[in-house]
Amino acid sequence: MSERATPTPETDDPTHGAADTEEQPRTDDADDERPPVTTGASSVVRALEAAGVEAAFGVQGGAIMPVYDALYDSPIRHVMMAHEQGASHAADAYGVVKGEPGVCLATSGPGATNLVTGIADANMDSDAVLALTGQVPSDMVGSDAFQETDTIGVTAPITKHNYFAGDADTVGDTVGEAFALAGMGRPGPTLVDLPKDVTQGEAGREPGPARPPKTYNPQMEADEQDVKVAARAIENAEKPLLLFGGGVIKANASKTARAFAIDHGIPVVTTMPGIGSFPEDHELCLSWAGMHGTGYANMAITHTDLLIAVGTRFDDRLTGGIDSFAPEAEVLHIDIDPAEISKNIHADYPLVGDAGRVIDQVDTAMEHSPDAREWREQCGQWKEEYPMDYAAPSDEPLKPQFVVEAFDEATADDTIVTTGVGQHQMWASQYWTYREPRTWVSSHGLGTMGYGLPAAIGARLAADQMGQEDRSVVCFDGDGSFLMTMQELSVAVRENMDITVAVLNNEYIGMVRQWQDAFYEGRHMAAEYNWCPEFDRLAEAFGARGWRVDDYDQVVDAVSEALAYDGPSVIDFHVDPGENVYPMVASGAPNGKFALSEDQL
Amino acid sequence: MSSDRTTETESNTAENVHRTGLKGPGPDERPHPQGRRNSQGIRIDPEVEAEPDTREAVLSALVLNEPGVLARASGLFARRQFNIESLTVGTTQSEEYSRITLVIREPEPGIEQAKKQLEKLVPVISVTELTDEAVRRELALIKIEGEHPDQIAAVAEMYDGRVVDACADAITVEVTGPKNTIENALDTFERFGVREIVRTGTAALEAGANATAKHWPDE
Ligand SMILES: Cc1ncc(C[n+]2csc(CCOP(=O)(O)OP(=O)(O)O)c2C)c(N)n1
Repeated sequence: MSERATPTPETDDPTHGAADTEEQPRTDDADDERPPVTTGASSVVRALEAAGVEAAFGVQGGAIMPVYDALYDSPIRHVMMAHEQGASHAADAYGVVKGEPGVCLATSGPGATNLVTGIADANMDSDAVLALTGQVPSDMVGSDAFQETDTIGVTAPITKHNYFAGDADTVGDTVGEAFALAGMGRPGPTLVDLPKDVTQGEAGREPGPARPPKTYNPQMEADEQDVKVAARAIENAEKPLLLFGGGVIKANASKTARAFAIDHGIPVVTTMPGIGSFPEDHELCLSWAGMHGTGYANMAITHTDLLIAVGTRFDDRLTGGIDSFAPEAEVLHIDIDPAEISKNIHADYPLVGDAGRVIDQVDTAMEHSPDAREWREQCGQWKEEYPMDYAAPSDEPLKPQFVVEAFDEATADDTIVTTGVGQHQMWASQYWTYREPRTWVSSHGLGTMGYGLPAAIGARLAADQMGQEDRSVVCFDGDGSFLMTMQELSVAVRENMDITVAVLNNEYIGMVRQWQDAFYEGRHMAAEYNWCPEFDRLAEAFGARGWRVDDYDQVVDAVSEALAYDGPSVIDFHVDPGENVYPMVASGAPNGKFALSEDQL
Repeated sequence: MSSDRTTETESNTAENVHRTGLKGPGPDERPHPQGRRNSQGIRIDPEVEAEPDTREAVLSALVLNEPGVLARASGLFARRQFNIESLTVGTTQSEEYSRITLVIREPEPGIEQAKKQLEKLVPVISVTELTDEAVRRELALIKIEGEHPDQIAAVAEMYDGRVVDACADAITVEVTGPKNTIENALDTFERFGVREIVRTGTAALEAGANATAKHWPDE
């Protein structure tokens, strides 16, 4: 089965996962001690255990109660969330950090619809998530029964595939299949809708191992002839540029990709989801390109003659206007999803397959590296011409960028950063130096405000279960984003989760305010949040620790105290409400025309 | 840190604040390449700037015969704004599998995208685009005013059709054939007074001994 469903690509055994962790023995010997499968629900839980699932996030409710009851006897750690949206984001982030599908559960109707945002988010970012939803009994389906929603219909467009469970005997197999499918090939969310009669019904057999559907066979290696042609193109390029997308990280190909770039001396730009695939402090790294990417990344992408794109879907936030995207470049596109090839940007050299394997194929086929010395120098010059240095005059309030840098300074390289959506997210991605994959956990494609805190909870549990209790988890949130899911603080307190939330509080939904200033003559319609609660006090009311920071000289102490506190903490940073995110490529504009200040938009 | 709780009335609102931004040469001071892409993301000669022509394609998908598979396919096409001319579905020689025949009109990249997106659906086994030689058939039932039964029967025969139902007031004719035969037949029947029409989409199989599906699942 897939190299992706599980963190260790060497194994062919889809069930390995937790099978070899010590505190939860799931070896064959232990089978005998487990209660026998008697119902559909116990078969569901057994299938999860067999697939190596160690955690699940969810909220109880009528139609899903049989499954929860079966979890009572399971070693799977269930985290009860405050809201199902939180459950889906937590599962998503858990999966991102752990490199395996995250699991979330909800009851029928409102439970299922509350999951939708997180499922859509996972779908856009190709994150592996398995959602299990309760459903009214089969014979009531279609009758508008209490808490009935057509969950299959609602989630079909936002899942990789979804399943309506048929009967108690096979429901465990279905759940196993959905789990395997979520992690395989191009990952994504899957969902199994579980009518109550199916989970309550009698089952007489153990579910089989988690296997993807027979019709799903992603191509892992590219055609050898195509690889040869592509290799020649790289050898002959004068201005080659690597573009690493989130697919590099999902394929666990960061190491291979790094070695390839360094061996051949090819500069690297990442997409936003690709942050961490290549160390940002490496001289070849130009950081990320796109709407708020660095000036040098956008210059490089505008002037390259061969764009070697790996695991990216050429989102419009990356490309800017299609007409002017990498206008001088031939495009070499490596992706495991054939439908991404030439979807938005035509690929001159399409290579379908697993990121790591195809990079290896190309590397093997290359007879020499391209002669890119001048181009590297040019890229270096752009780095000097377009520094990310922000102004911090003493007569202006605290700058959010400074806060991000202070946290980066105070934490180790393996620290996990999660965010909401808005300006704070951009500063967190621009002013933190990412060096490792799976340390940047954000909502890219869907742009979901409120992702940050539940994602921090999921990331924390993943790190803890991987034995990395000392790893820090920092959530940079906006005041607006934090208000959308801050009730999950109750969960972090209850579970004593060591996370630090840094609210970059600008008393605005700042990204909207920035656009209003640039494109709507400064008319601040519904953008002011200066009625925000005092987040530090609110944190204390939840049972977490809270700090408020207004000035530069308070930052370092607050950061170190919050990081040192072993539990959830919130720092309410009152930052400059007038600060804007730059560089900025206006929607549909050429990347090379990025603005460095408002008057250039 | 939490000490200072005086609510600042002169709070730093962003009104009229214009922060400096970042350093570096402005957009007009940078070199900009001349190259261009069209809306399909294909590099083009900026002087010519032609958008690709659309064409009609007949796609045949072999799918698992399970509930919801038609909804998945049609939902996909609606969601991604593919221009569908017709979509039909029916069983094959094996009860386990159905065949969906789709006629779409798109530029070349759109046709490729449609095939690949369809192939991504889990219950889809294989997708092929049929050649021009493929056998393509549609069916129409046409209910016509009953005044001229003999003439109607004669016209039906001209188009290899036949009368399938008749009463004093109305006559129903069945015509089967390639799309243009049906269109011509409809035009001709128009003068007798058409009451109702129903048409199926295109059903198609590859011509000769060639297989329509690229592959069937291995047993
Ligand atoms: C769920 C959701 N609703 C609305 C938006 C539109 N939106 C994008 S950014 C933004 C402002 C975010 O404000 P805040 O969280 O305070 O962050 P800031 O930009 O101020 O850093 C809004 C409303 C969104 N992305 N997500």
